[in-house]
Amino acid sequence: MNSPNNSGLHKFAVFTACWTLFLLVAGALVTSNDAGLAVPDWPLSYGSLTPPMVGGIFYEHGHRMVATVAGILTIILAVWISRRETRAWMRRLGWAALGAVIAQGILGGITVKFFLPPWVSVAHAALAQAFFCSIVAIAVFTSKWWQSDVTVVRYSAHPPVRQRAIWAAIVIFVQLLLGAAYRHHAFGILPHLIGAFIVPFFVLSAVGSASARAFDAAAGLVRCGTMLKHVLYMQLALGGAALWSRLATQHAPQPMPVMIFFTVAHTAVGALTLALSVLLVLVSFRVLGPMQPGEVTASHSQMAGQEGGAS
Amino acid sequence: MKARFLYAVLVIALALSVSACGNKEAAKEETAAPAAVASAPIDPATAGSITGTVKLDGPAPKAQRIRMDAEPTCAKTHTTPVMSEEYVVGDKGGLGNVVVYVKDGLGNRAFSTPTDAVVLDQNGCIYVPHVIAVMVNQPVEIVNSDPTTHNVHPVPANNKEWNKSQPPKAEKIVETFAREEIAILVKCNVHPWMKSYIAVLKHPYFKVTGKDGAFEIKNLPPGEYTLVAWHGVLGPSAEQKVTIGAKESKAIEFTFKP
Repeated sequence: MNSPNNSGLHKFAVFTACWTLFLLVAGALVTSNDAGLAVPDWPLSYGSLTPPMVGGIFYEHGHRMVATVAGILTIILAVWISRRETRAWMRRLGWAALGAVIAQGILGGITVKFFLPPWVSVAHAALAQAFFCSIVAIAVFTSKWWQSDVTVVRYSAHPPVRQRAIWAAIVIFVQLLLGAAYRHHAFGILPHLIGAFIVPFFVLSAVGSASARAFDAAAGLVRCGTMLKHVLYMQLALGGAALWSRLATQHAPQPMPVMIFFTVAHTAVGALTLALSVLLVLVSFRVLGPMQPGEVTASHSQMAGQEGGAS
Repeated sequence: MKARFLYAVLVIALALSVSACGNKEAAKEETAAPAAVASAPIDPATAGSITGTVKLDGPAPKAQRIRMDAEPTCAKTHTTPVMSEEYVVGDKGGLGNVVVYVKDGLGNRAFSTPTDAVVLDQNGCIYVPHVIAVMVNQPVEIVNSDPTTHNVHPVPANNKEWNKSQPPKAEKIVETFAREEIAILVKCNVHPWMKSYIAVLKHPYFKVTGKDGAFEIKNLPPGEYTLVAWHGVLGPSAEQKVTIGAKESKAIEFTFKP
């Protein structure tokens, strides 16, 4: 953890993460408005960079423009990281994020050229989420907090916070995949509905572990867990609303605003849920550490008094 | 550095391949099977017909208003609210936009493909007509009468999928469908309310009903036939078997329940 702190890089990473969330919303609007094929050609739109922005073209071409900006931001981020970062793994992460956004562009082109093959569309959605998480991770790793001398709380591996946080992130990602598979007609909604009952178990287990009294000194961990819990509740409510709106408007001649709103909100908050679960993993690895050899089972008072270097 | 350069070249090559792709796939599938040689002409001295009506048994679901707010150019072409065309019901309960066709009974008889095109117009940001029926390889001529851009996107199960843009005053799009399919949904992704259906059949014994639900299928050789009626929302009806003799006309009725 000896890379010189660069607040400019960190702020740029945060901006890129926010723009990426905007891109996810733009992509969800394309699907919800059934506009995925409103622009038959790629990479140009109606043979131009400035097609008439009407109807579905507004959503599809708009999504492409927002994605182009995301690509440019990621190029800048990757180059900036490679020039300023002394941590080799950060440089690799920057280039990996760039590779992911380029792959996303190509996948987007494939969906248009081959008329939205379901599994390509699902891969496009999945990679979008993974890319968003990579940018969020870069924002965290470039933060002053991450690179400072954070208080490391030693514990006896019980409760297994890190493992539970990792499982929560994995289960959320799988649930996002199931949702994407339903949205893109790969299969029905039942797997995603079943997942909606499984995800809270894993997330609340992770959050509950992170909130144990033994970790009171790890303030970042508790805050992160609390945020994740609240966003999960919001996501469950939005999922119910999205399902209701879809059923209520299933006979409508076109996608209706209420269905579009709840479905897009559910998709966006789903991305936030995944990002927060990844954040919980990162924070748990940053602020928690194993007991040192010879240490007895840690008590709350012992942990409160300990200070240490970066893990 | 060398590895990164090669990586960049690979990515650019992949992107260029994707942008050129799809078109090649379309070109391969355009070479459909040649049209079957027509059998001997039907003898008009013995040909008969099947007539009838298609009815809706019960009140039709309330027509839903189509909102064209996303495209003011479309909205301006209408002075009254535009309603969905899924159920077109006449005063006496006749059901329109139903494809009535002979499903069985023609044996191995082949029919010559008509050269005259069936026109599908985009007018007022609505497909006109809502349902058409053509023979295999018969031209479908798609026209844009609107002052706005459409994309024409059939979503077939048995035929080649394609998706073409059609700006205002653009050339008509002429396409054919190589395989029988009842029926192909046609969408405009620019205007998501726009939907139509194209039924593709191997023979000329079909009819799309008007608002009165009436149909007549003429020039049928004597024999036993199986007829089906197909509706865009309600799907296919139960089959009906009809036997007609020389110069005989028989009447049947199809009934759909909403």
